[in-house]
Amino acid sequence: MRRILQSRTLACAALLSALTACCAHAGSPDMQEFTQIERGRYLSILSDCAGCHTVPGGRPFSGGRAIETPFGNIVSPNVTPDLETGIGAWSDDQFDAAVRKGIGRTGAHLYPAMPYTAYTRLSRDDVMAIRAYLSSLEPVRSSRNANTLPFPFNIRSAMIVWNALYFTAGDYKPDPTKSAEWNRGKFIVDGPAHCGACHTPKTLLGGDRTDQYLQGANLQGWSAPDITNSRRTGLGSWTAEDVALYLKTGHNRTSAATGPMAEAVELSTSRMRDEDTKAIATYLKSLPGKTDEAAPAQVDANVMAAGGAIYRDQCSACHGIEGKGVPHLFPALAESTMVRSNDPTTAIRIVLRGARSVGTKAEPTAPGMPSYGWQLDDGQIAAVLSYVRNSWGGASAPIDAKDVTRVRSDTALRND
Amino acid sequence: MKQATLATIALRRREFLAGTAMLLFSATTVKAATIAGRLPWAPNAGSPPPPIKVGPWEFFNGDEGRAIEALVDCIIPPDPETPGGKDAGCAVFIDRQLAGPYGRQEGLYVRPPFQAGAKNQGHQSASGPAQDYREGLAAFDRACRQRSGGKPFAELSGDDRIAVLKAVEKGELKLDGVDLKSFFTQLVKDAQMGFFADPIYGGNRDMVAWKMIGYPGARYNYLDWVNRHNERFPLPPVGMTGNAQWTRS
Amino acid sequence: MPRRLPRKDVVIVGFGWTGAIIANELTDEGLEVIAFERGPWRDAPTDFPPGYMQDELRYRIRHELFLRPDQLTFTFRNTMGQTALPIRSWGAFMPPNGVGGGGVHWNAEMWRFLPSDFVLKTHLTERYGAAFLPPDMTIQDWGITYDELEPHYDRFEYLCGTSGTAGNLRGKIMDGGNPFEGPRSRPYPTPAQAQPFSHTLFGKAARELGYKPFPQPSGNLSQAYTNPLGLRMGPCTYCGFCEWFGCGNYSKATPQTTILPHLIRKSNFSLRDNSEVVRINVDRSGKRATGVTFVDSSGEEWEQQADLVILSAYTMFNVQLLLHSQIGQPYDPVTNTGVVGRNYTHQTISSVNGFFDNKKFNFNPFIGSGSIGMCIDEFNGDNFDHGPHGFVGGGYVGQVQTGGRPIESTLVPPGTPAWGAEWKKAVKDNYLSTVKPGTGVHGSFYAYRDIYLDLDPVYKDRFGRPLMRITMDLKDNEIKQNKFLTDKFAEIIKAMGAEKLAVQYRTAPYDITTYQTTHLNGGAIMGSDPKTSVLNKYLQSWDVPNLFVMGASAFPQNAGYNPTLTVGALAYWSAAAIRNQYLKNPGRLVDA
Repeated sequence: MRRILQSRTLACAALLSALTACCAHAGSPDMQEFTQIERGRYLSILSDCAGCHTVPGGRPFSGGRAIETPFGNIVSPNVTPDLETGIGAWSDDQFDAAVRKGIGRTGAHLYPAMPYTAYTRLSRDDVMAIRAYLSSLEPVRSSRNANTLPFPFNIRSAMIVWNALYFTAGDYKPDPTKSAEWNRGKFIVDGPAHCGACHTPKTLLGGDRTDQYLQGANLQGWSAPDITNSRRTGLGSWTAEDVALYLKTGHNRTSAATGPMAEAVELSTSRMRDEDTKAIATYLKSLPGKTDEAAPAQVDANVMAAGGAIYRDQCSACHGIEGKGVPHLFPALAESTMVRSNDPTTAIRIVLRGARSVGTKAEPTAPGMPSYGWQLDDGQIAAVLSYVRNSWGGASAPIDAKDVTRVRSDTALRND
Repeated sequence: MKQATLATIALRRREFLAGTAMLLFSATTVKAATIAGRLPWAPNAGSPPPPIKVGPWEFFNGDEGRAIEALVDCIIPPDPETPGGKDAGCAVFIDRQLAGPYGRQEGLYVRPPFQAGAKNQGHQSASGPAQDYREGLAAFDRACRQRSGGKPFAELSGDDRIAVLKAVEKGELKLDGVDLKSFFTQLVKDAQMGFFADPIYGGNRDMVAWKMIGYPGARYNYLDWVNRHNERFPLPPVGMTGNAQWTRS
Repeated sequence: MPRRLPRKDVVIVGFGWTGAIIANELTDEGLEVIAFERGPWRDAPTDFPPGYMQDELRYRIRHELFLRPDQLTFTFRNTMGQTALPIRSWGAFMPPNGVGGGGVHWNAEMWRFLPSDFVLKTHLTERYGAAFLPPDMTIQDWGITYDELEPHYDRFEYLCGTSGTAGNLRGKIMDGGNPFEGPRSRPYPTPAQAQPFSHTLFGKAARELGYKPFPQPSGNLSQAYTNPLGLRMGPCTYCGFCEWFGCGNYSKATPQTTILPHLIRKSNFSLRDNSEVVRINVDRSGKRATGVTFVDSSGEEWEQQADLVILSAYTMFNVQLLLHSQIGQPYDPVTNTGVVGRNYTHQTISSVNGFFDNKKFNFNPFIGSGSIGMCIDEFNGDNFDHGPHGFVGGGYVGQVQTGGRPIESTLVPPGTPAWGAEWKKAVKDNYLSTVKPGTGVHGSFYAYRDIYLDLDPVYKDRFGRPLMRITMDLKDNEIKQNKFLTDKFAEIIKAMGAEKLAVQYRTAPYDITTYQTTHLNGGAIMGSDPKTSVLNKYLQSWDVPNLFVMGASAFPQNAGYNPTLTVGALAYWSAAAIRNQYLKNPGRLVDA
């Protein structure tokens, strides 16, 4: 009798220790558990993984999307659980190293097109949750083409130097002097949502210019605007509600998301919880931004006259004679920081090529703007934009025809 | 989205049972776009009108061109304030229209059999505007020479030209086989059309016709003028490719 | 041999207003819906931009947004004794093409029919006696009442953000609105549009003559609006390029602005453009539709099977498809049997142009919208005693000038030469001071035994199918009606202060060459008797219960109003019957 009890106890103990070992190996709750997967799904939305790892209209997370960098195109890998072409066979440590340290499975460095410099602020638990979510997806058999970075950028070991300059690893450390909401906002902005990847300008080597944090940058043929609280070029004239609504629906009473931001809204910010978009708004509105701006150059009276004529005859059809637009339909140019940006690339390109703003469940209209590149020459586009920037109380440097020529040729071969 | 009703579930079940055997997904695809999920968009979308090429006649030969220029200048004579049909480009307008899809009657139903019918049953011949002009101008030229002792229309004096056209209009100038009166009616219509169309099409050069009548052109926003009754609208006309105000330096 | 595509629950043929309305309703039921449109996809900002939409030559004279006759046309004759000849180039009407259909290029004039219009036969017979009606007039009651349709009128008006002033609010007559309209359950969603000078002047003159003028109800909005689907629209900017043109700034109610952005997001909806349905297929019993056969842009045939077929291809193409698919008995006017093709109608249109002293009047005619105008309804329907006049029917009249596009709006007073120096001077002197209402007199067109549609024996389309044949003329009743209305209209134009009038009556014979309107109706009419109608009151085919036919083809006769609001309301009414009754129990909804 005692022997049976002993062996049962031994068996239980063995089972228990096996279970513990299993859990210890995972390091965290069961990978297949619903809350874990849900948490990971939400984190992947905050991180906009689909933005790079899903080809639009393609199989989710199967990679193959070309990501444009100043150094060439990098093609995103397949992160579905496929064993051969995806990450199904990766260990948790390998996955975590890729996401938070920029180190691939073979030990080779990843390019910061994978924003590990931002994702480092996630915790290991966060990353494991993402892993759990990805592991729940349909495995897709799809291997990507080789990277197309030219020499010398294709030498990955050069990343060691780059990382030394620009990469500081480490979880997000909350600021105890600030509110929980502010910290949540900073965590999201600097971490999973990696807003700085587009909105912080870069050095020649592609690292962040931290002195101009979130003050706007030029990439992929667009200019991402200043999202600090600066009055003229940033979010200074928006309330926190305006910011949150813009993130949630892609539209607010003065502006509409288009281009790459339309996709970020569609895949990421419109699916965030209200408290998170509110937190992001609170954080961004706390950043003072530029304060020492020189007065802009005067606009030539003839340019204002020509621009005003074009505006009246064409643009006012939608944007209104007073530049007020129609809330949630036509952006209010009179209040548009996009139009007043120091880098007018986006405003110019929208006039040249047209634009479609994002459609979301809350704002399905997705109004579009026609292209004027066929009708207006470079001087005329420069004139009308200079007019818009300097009307209705605005004062920003005029646009030169050369700027328009540059954007026209830069965008000629683009697909978006 | 509401849940499907029982009936639709029944419908779907039939679909499942009956539908699978005869499907041909990928062998060849339907050549028609399927639009689903989002509104389509492409950069530089749209189809702006191509401007006419300034230069030699594309449809008329030299003699025809001279005749048409003289004709449009009679239909719309020059005066001190506004150019006539010729300087306004009406002949160019007609030329380019006839050289294009309109002249070729593209898109019209041109299948036989061709039978004569009542006037209110519409045009019933295989010939389109291009052919009508060619034949009409030739017949007009012959009739004109007959009447004026060998001179083509373009060489007649101003008064003589008007006399000829009035005779055509009354049906007094005829030629076998060609209805000169209806040719002239069409010509008047086309000349005046070219006079008032957007300058991009060759006529209404510098928007002279629009300036004459006080039409402000291709504008889109009069919200601030709807309630201003009985006041003259002050802005100059603008065409689809702008006006002088758009470029001031 | 056409190849088959994966089966769907619902196939919609033709994607204009009714196609879009039905698609939105049925996708809300969770059904898999596919729509086919013969023409191209059309998108407001890119296809109708303010950069080049204001092109009168391209879009009005050469009518680029419309169907090409070579793609499909009809033959026409006035009487049965004549040979019908092809309409080689459009004239009297202009069929739409492309996603959005007529809803893209329409003026957005949004009129409800009168309660008496729906029970016309009964009403007129009761009031005037059967002998008062011409013996060959074949008007019928619709099989539904205004009260049944009212909630659906309301729904379509609110979908579109209609701008207007209510005239009859739940039985109470309201100042400033149309005192003759049927009762409406709530006010218009947006206020009436502002009226330019000449339109305001007409209203003043009409009022002084004792009439009750009111602003035309407009689907060109007076202010920004968000419709029940969450779609945003902007205010109309009075560009004067409405009918014939698409709207570039989201201010005209169209399927593009009021339905499509919401509909396209649904995963159970898809649309194929450039696909022409050539036949509705029925099974061997002839009582059940199995789907449609369509041709893609390369000319290849495909079959789309579905359990429910909605035919929403516009009046003419609805009737033509029924004839080609051999659904329902074709109408024979000689024996007065059959139903498909009977009660075909148009609209009785005319106008009066007024020439004013240019030193006193500057109308800025180029400021306009599609549905602008002050109108009076005293002479519509049976709003007045017809006894002394010897005709039935009527219409609204109004200064409804939509713009001053110069190719068509450079009129000269009667007696002026058509060309030359005098002409030029007269154009210059009159452009800004001329009133040109366009469809100023907008009268009813009742049905007759020998005005109908059938298949032509000679002419064929590009697929080798017979063209549909129109036999249509203008009858004494409509001629009398038009003279009466036009004379009344002329009085008001004169009272505005016109120095000269050019009065244009609508006279026989019916002319296929000059534009009237594209309000073609009938041919597949609704009713309560399958011997004299193609559809029951729910627009369901009497012969094929899983086929519903939307559109003005259902009108037993045309009233004195633009048809689209009633077309849309009927689509909502039919959709409600499909959702609440048919889907639960597919089969005949009404016993014959």
